[in-house]
Amino acid sequence: MNTLRRLIRDRAALLGLIIIALLILAAVFAYPLSTFPQDVTNYDPPHRLLPPDGTYWFGTDRMGGDIYSRLLFGARLTILIAVVATSAAVLIGVPVGLVAGYYTNRVSDLLMRVSDIFLAVPQIVLAIAIAQTLGPAIQNVILALSVTYWPFWARLVYAETRSVKNEVFIEAAIALGASPLRVMVLHVLPSIASSVIVRTTIGMGGTILVAAALGFLGLGPPPPTPEWGRMIAESREFLPQAWWYAAAPGAAILLVVMGFNLLGDGLRDVLDPRLRRDVSAR
Amino acid sequence: MPPTLFGLVLIVFAISHIVPSDPARVMAGENAPPEQVAALRHQYGLDLPLPWQFAHYVQDVATGNMGTSLFTQRPVAEDLVERLPATFELALCAITLAIVIGVPLGVVAALSRNSLLDHVVRIVTISGLAMAAFWLAILLQLVFSMWLGLTPVQGRIDGWGPDPITGFYTLDALLRGDWQTFGEALRYLALPVATLALPAMATIVRFTRAGVLNVMSSNFVFYQMAMGIPRRRVVWKYILRSALIGTLTQIGLIFGTLIANAVVVEAVFDWPGLGSFAVHSILQSDYNAIMGFTLFVGAVFILVNLTVDVAQAVLDPRAQ
Repeated sequence: MNTLRRLIRDRAALLGLIIIALLILAAVFAYPLSTFPQDVTNYDPPHRLLPPDGTYWFGTDRMGGDIYSRLLFGARLTILIAVVATSAAVLIGVPVGLVAGYYTNRVSDLLMRVSDIFLAVPQIVLAIAIAQTLGPAIQNVILALSVTYWPFWARLVYAETRSVKNEVFIEAAIALGASPLRVMVLHVLPSIASSVIVRTTIGMGGTILVAAALGFLGLGPPPPTPEWGRMIAESREFLPQAWWYAAAPGAAILLVVMGFNLLGDGLRDVLDPRLRRDVSAR
Repeated sequence: MPPTLFGLVLIVFAISHIVPSDPARVMAGENAPPEQVAALRHQYGLDLPLPWQFAHYVQDVATGNMGTSLFTQRPVAEDLVERLPATFELALCAITLAIVIGVPLGVVAALSRNSLLDHVVRIVTISGLAMAAFWLAILLQLVFSMWLGLTPVQGRIDGWGPDPITGFYTLDALLRGDWQTFGEALRYLALPVATLALPAMATIVRFTRAGVLNVMSSNFVFYQMAMGIPRRRVVWKYILRSALIGTLTQIGLIFGTLIANAVVVEAVFDWPGLGSFAVHSILQSDYNAIMGFTLFVGAVFILVNLTVDVAQAVLDPRAQ
């Protein structure tokens, strides 16, 4: 596991790894770790909008729910949305990109044209249109995110496939009689894999941000679901007094996204030194 | 550009028809008799087969008719055009600020690689890119407007803005010599611009830094320095030029993020631009307005990217 060892040596990447591990732990062990697990659904109006203290570590929200506990359960949502939406986008986009990149025919053109249309608009703009039409629910958020994200992968894999296609080892494989499918899956895919892995990691962070924005706009899962973005939106009418109400969920988002970004950067440096640049494009 | 735009119209049309709702019934109201609903449906062409409806939609959009806002009762196109200058002023100021601070910062960070400054810059840029824009907006609002009282909480100006020439409050105030309004406009611009500029600046700093590091290790710079040309001249002449060209390449990407963030930032600061229009339309379930907004932003975005591509081809012969 030389790669892992090199990754751990990069302190920033290590920090990212730790943060993500903490996120997963928080989500999995939300029940034992939380102080008021019932506050995910229960209301406790007498204790609403209390500042952070010994009992309510991050204070309480407008319904009296313990923010710390709700954040922990919100981690589950965050992971669910990020993993499912990104995976769906990758699972659709990568094959599309491979096929479009490998062949040079009208189908390939069409696929890229379609991708370009989606990429012509910032992701959130289309996601808003879709989520608004379908209604506020977690599956609609995931759908909206996946539908608007796969073209990015298609284009990325298309470009990489096109450039790899000219390599000698691909020519050799084809000359030896390998079928297109075999070439794509066994030869092209492994050589672009590190790029895909790096961008997937960074993409998770970006997906979380867009999901939070949708939640903030009221297009995400409705109350009482502890979605981080919507919690921030709820806090607005209680500012400036209840500052913790806005600070806590936002800090959670910042921490998690930073974790994915750091890990992604570290993976990039380790997996493919050729890509070694201090840039981070989604 | 036209095929992409046409594709966008198709997608927007498709999205607005995902859910089988009946706009005629919505317009007629709950208690309308079936004949009235049918009449409305016929009047708006909703009983035509879908391809026909799409053809009409394309025709409408091509002539600038994006339907009527269910909420404001005005043509959506009018609402959008009216709000464009506000968002444009915001975006322009944010990008300018981001470039003016970001490019020099990126160059300095690259030249003093791994120094304390470099590390601080990296932390700031990483955080800036990991923050939810609406959260940053709320935090800045909390600290600078509510706690410190330095900037206004919301809005674009107190009272009426300067008589419009360009639609930019700052420019118009300057052109009319109205220094007080100019100052006021700046005060109101401060926080929204700062919120939008931070992630943009972070991206610019990262790309500039990488670009400078790349160039610094390149052959022609090495040759120049070996020839005895002072380092300072090499830096400012060649590195800065490639840094700026690199920035131009990223403008398309940065602009996209800027627009995406503008939606939520305008909502937080109640900035009367396209973004807050979208948010209000969402809250009112104003489908026409949302679809119109999507198309409009898409068209603007495509136009900007086209301009950037052209500018890039002009400025950097290598990119051709």
